[in-house]
Amino acid sequence: MTVAEIFESMDWGPAPESRAEADAWLDRHDRAFGHVIDGKRLKPGETFDTVNPATGEVLARVTQGTEADVAKAVKAARKAAKGWAAASDHDRARVLYAIARGLQKHSRLFAVLETLDTGKPIREARDIDVALAARHFYHHAGHAELRAEVMPGAEPWGVCGQIVPWNFPLLMLAWKVAPALAMGNTVVLKPAEWTPLTALAFADVCESAGVPEGVVNIVTGDGATGAALVKAEIDKLAFTGSTEVGRILRRETAGRAMGLTLELGGKSPYIVFEDADIDSAVEGLVDAIWFNGGQVCCAGSRLLVQEGIADDFHDRLKARIAKIRVGDPLDKAVDMGAMVHAEHRDNVLAMLGKTSGTITQGTCPEGCFLPPTLVTDVHGADPLMAEEVFGPVLVSTTFRTPSEAVQLANDTRYGLAASVWSQDLDVALDTAPKIRAGVVWVNGTNMLDAAAPFGGMKESGFGREGGIAGLSAYVRPAAGATLKPVKTPENEQIVQNEIDRTAKMYIGGKQARPDGGYSRRVTGPKGVVGEVGIANRKDLRNAVEAANGAKGWSRTTGHLRAQILYYLAENLAARAEEFDARLAAQTGGKGEAAEAVRHLFRWAAWADKHDGRTLGVPMGGLALALNTPLGVIGAFASEETPLVAMAHVIGAALATGNRLVLVAPERAPLTATDLYQVIETSDVPAGVLNILTGDHAELAAQMAGHMDVDAVWSFSSADLSKVIETEAAGDLKRTWVNDGRGRDWSAADAAPFLAAGTEVQTIWVPFGT
Amino acid sequence: MTATDLPRNAGLPFDPAVVEAVRVNTPATLRRAGTLPARRSVKKDWQAAWLARAVSMIDLTTLSGDDTPGRVRRLCAKALQPVRPDLLEAIGLPGLTTGAVCVYHEMVPVAVDAVQGKLPVAAVSTGFPAGLSPLPLRLREIEESVAAGATEIDIVISRRHVLTGDWQALYDETRAMREACGPAHMKAILATGELGPLKNVMKASMVTMMAGSDFIKTSTGKEAVNATLPVSLTMMRAIRAYEAASDFKVGYKPAGGVSKAKDAISYLALLKEELGDRWLRPDLFRFGASSLLGDIERQLEHHVTGRYSAAHRHPAG
Repeated sequence: MTVAEIFESMDWGPAPESRAEADAWLDRHDRAFGHVIDGKRLKPGETFDTVNPATGEVLARVTQGTEADVAKAVKAARKAAKGWAAASDHDRARVLYAIARGLQKHSRLFAVLETLDTGKPIREARDIDVALAARHFYHHAGHAELRAEVMPGAEPWGVCGQIVPWNFPLLMLAWKVAPALAMGNTVVLKPAEWTPLTALAFADVCESAGVPEGVVNIVTGDGATGAALVKAEIDKLAFTGSTEVGRILRRETAGRAMGLTLELGGKSPYIVFEDADIDSAVEGLVDAIWFNGGQVCCAGSRLLVQEGIADDFHDRLKARIAKIRVGDPLDKAVDMGAMVHAEHRDNVLAMLGKTSGTITQGTCPEGCFLPPTLVTDVHGADPLMAEEVFGPVLVSTTFRTPSEAVQLANDTRYGLAASVWSQDLDVALDTAPKIRAGVVWVNGTNMLDAAAPFGGMKESGFGREGGIAGLSAYVRPAAGATLKPVKTPENEQIVQNEIDRTAKMYIGGKQARPDGGYSRRVTGPKGVVGEVGIANRKDLRNAVEAANGAKGWSRTTGHLRAQILYYLAENLAARAEEFDARLAAQTGGKGEAAEAVRHLFRWAAWADKHDGRTLGVPMGGLALALNTPLGVIGAFASEETPLVAMAHVIGAALATGNRLVLVAPERAPLTATDLYQVIETSDVPAGVLNILTGDHAELAAQMAGHMDVDAVWSFSSADLSKVIETEAAGDLKRTWVNDGRGRDWSAADAAPFLAAGTEVQTIWVPFGT
Repeated sequence: MTATDLPRNAGLPFDPAVVEAVRVNTPATLRRAGTLPARRSVKKDWQAAWLARAVSMIDLTTLSGDDTPGRVRRLCAKALQPVRPDLLEAIGLPGLTTGAVCVYHEMVPVAVDAVQGKLPVAAVSTGFPAGLSPLPLRLREIEESVAAGATEIDIVISRRHVLTGDWQALYDETRAMREACGPAHMKAILATGELGPLKNVMKASMVTMMAGSDFIKTSTGKEAVNATLPVSLTMMRAIRAYEAASDFKVGYKPAGGVSKAKDAISYLALLKEELGDRWLRPDLFRFGASSLLGDIERQLEHHVTGRYSAAHRHPAG
């Protein structure tokens, strides 16, 4: 076309980014890569091709990591761990800072490599992936420097296995590697099979940044390599990827006393109220679902639009779709590039084939491309409403009222992200925290920053990346001495026989007989001191149902929760002698009531003080990290200092806004059942605190497998960790288990309880006039 | 007047519901406007063509207290031959002119004489730039400008009506001005830098379009802040909404603040994205600019020769 012709047509022309530097880098390595272990690039082993999805060309050959390769990398990381942990915070900070600088200095190389390997548009790779990756290392250079001040006493896990996905290869590497290194861990990172190149290029940056040998090891390969890494002798595993693989990893790591963080899938709602800026909300969708071709875990893939504006909104959205340019990822003016892999494109098409809705699409070239796609007229049962597509497919449905919007938004197994669009402050700020999602954007979408915790609720995984909340994922929790199994004295003499009284369960504010109709004797050092019911799965079900009926507790004020905890403390104090005597009768131990009262006071104190944060993100407006309750916690009580421990657990769970199903200590169950009257006189709302007596080992699998329990804590002397972590994989519920170790229950250590009782919800509220 | 095949905006009866329905989220608007230049770029022949297109849509402007007939004649000559003939020859667009010239009322006769009917002459009337002279005088000024040969009238709105929310008054005033314009096309200058939040910009856009404006225009060039991309995005969206309600296409003119070729490309890209190709013509889009042309000339010489250019290699306007 001539200039004069273009002057008439005013078409877009090609705006190609050069790939010369990236090709030169690949050529320098003969387009064949081995692993990076112990600071050295190894010779390629058995290799597979990594392909440019936009063209089908083979970019390079990459080594398929074997079990032996993984073992070698883990060994190198183990060897380097001590020295790296012992380095000064300042020295670690300097290395992280140098990595950030290195990424910036070679930013275009990384951007072009990323685009070649993933098919994402060069604009995104350049302005988002690489820019945010560098920002992540800068931010964490700061966390490294301030480690002792911000995380006093923090110990690194040691060797971290890290598995990252193909949608943001370098950025997810940064999210994993930066906090790990900042807290003094060493890493073995496995990039995704389809997109290993930027991780391999990152090794150059590590080398020039002065990362000590063995601190960052990179092993390439497919799922088998990942599986080998999971099975290896690592201390912590961090994974970003699909919920299905996340479940497998939860089971694989169960009972291994390992750290685990999972950042998984989503079906994030994008809610548009009638008083939204509709044009901006339409434009936001471009960044929500067509960013990286929708291959984004937090993609706003479920549009919920208020019924009155739905037709207008859809019309404007369809007009916008027609303007989206899909094509050569290296073109600087392209909105959507290639899908990452033909296999993935076919998966998306197969899912799209399952819908009964009406499909509207834009255009795209032949090959490994997909057009922006809108699916309307879908019903709740349509598979596209529930399943993650991980492609450029938006489904849309309508709602009538704000409460219905919240209900529909939460009608999902996932809980990663959400967007809320309204120009009405009341509507927007009331809706945002009601959505069970780790990140909520008000009048925006896909805002990400190193200072803002990112991560899921529900089956979107657990753990946070970014900000101070993200650091705790790379810090080893304190552990006490190994616990011994409970031994019940064999003494059949009945020492306490006032009136025949068998303690019941405490469910929904009422005492309830055990469903199975069985009870057992409670035997102390001097003989039988009473009987308690044996809870079965139905009692547990009833208790969970009662706890779920008490949702109001999680919405109430910290002040009110404090009042009730103080009240519990007062009423326990009034009966201290009775509790001490009963405990002595069961365990022969000394009185604990006074200390239990102290703990309840401490938790009452905390109830209105576990403040969130405002985050220092580079944006006009506010980004908030709120500490939100989990919901229903099922807890197995400690046999050590049972009353003190129960006070601790009850206090922590209730103070943080959770409802509790507590399984009483096996050795001192009557101390738990004696609490009923204390609870009843303390105005604890029905269902907030439920107590079962029974066998820990028998109830553990039921509790962890219950889909309406949000978290399970175990302080039991029984070995429950493996069964709880395994069963929790079903719905990826949060677990906090003791791995058979005790703790110092007299300590004033609120932090782990606060962390376990809440999850961070990051709410972005950009504003301005 | 620029040739057009479009029906003129006849306006709509004043409807307060249209104003009340306006919602503008500022951060999201800033984000869209802020990322657009990185999302859209044109290179090589496309860049040259787009820059030539920009030239064809410039209202080449002089609005200074020291304007003289000689100055205006020089401006008109530049408007008729905005780019060196050898460069235009090289890109195959020999007859390229700007969209119009834009002058004060007093300079209209000189300009009309200078352009010899080859270009429209636009006059800023209505007590430019503050618009605070008595309404009858402002209407009379329009009539005089039209009588003097101006075929386009750039009027200024009363900012106070926007700032106090007196939309009926804004409508009535603008409607009266439109009637005073008669056959001349009316561009309503909103002076967006003095209107406060973007939602006021959108409301003022909707009201002045309902009152029959042929174009809506950002600025007089005399406010502290003149045309910006976020303001342009807001006004373009208003134009789109108005078209949906009325079927009339209204033109858009960013003025002041657009002085770089690169910025001009961003405006055209935004225009193409938000309103579509039909707007990329002088009957629906103008740049109100004086120094933009110079930068485009240099870029075009670079396109033709491959060497970076200098201002003195192009005739002054």
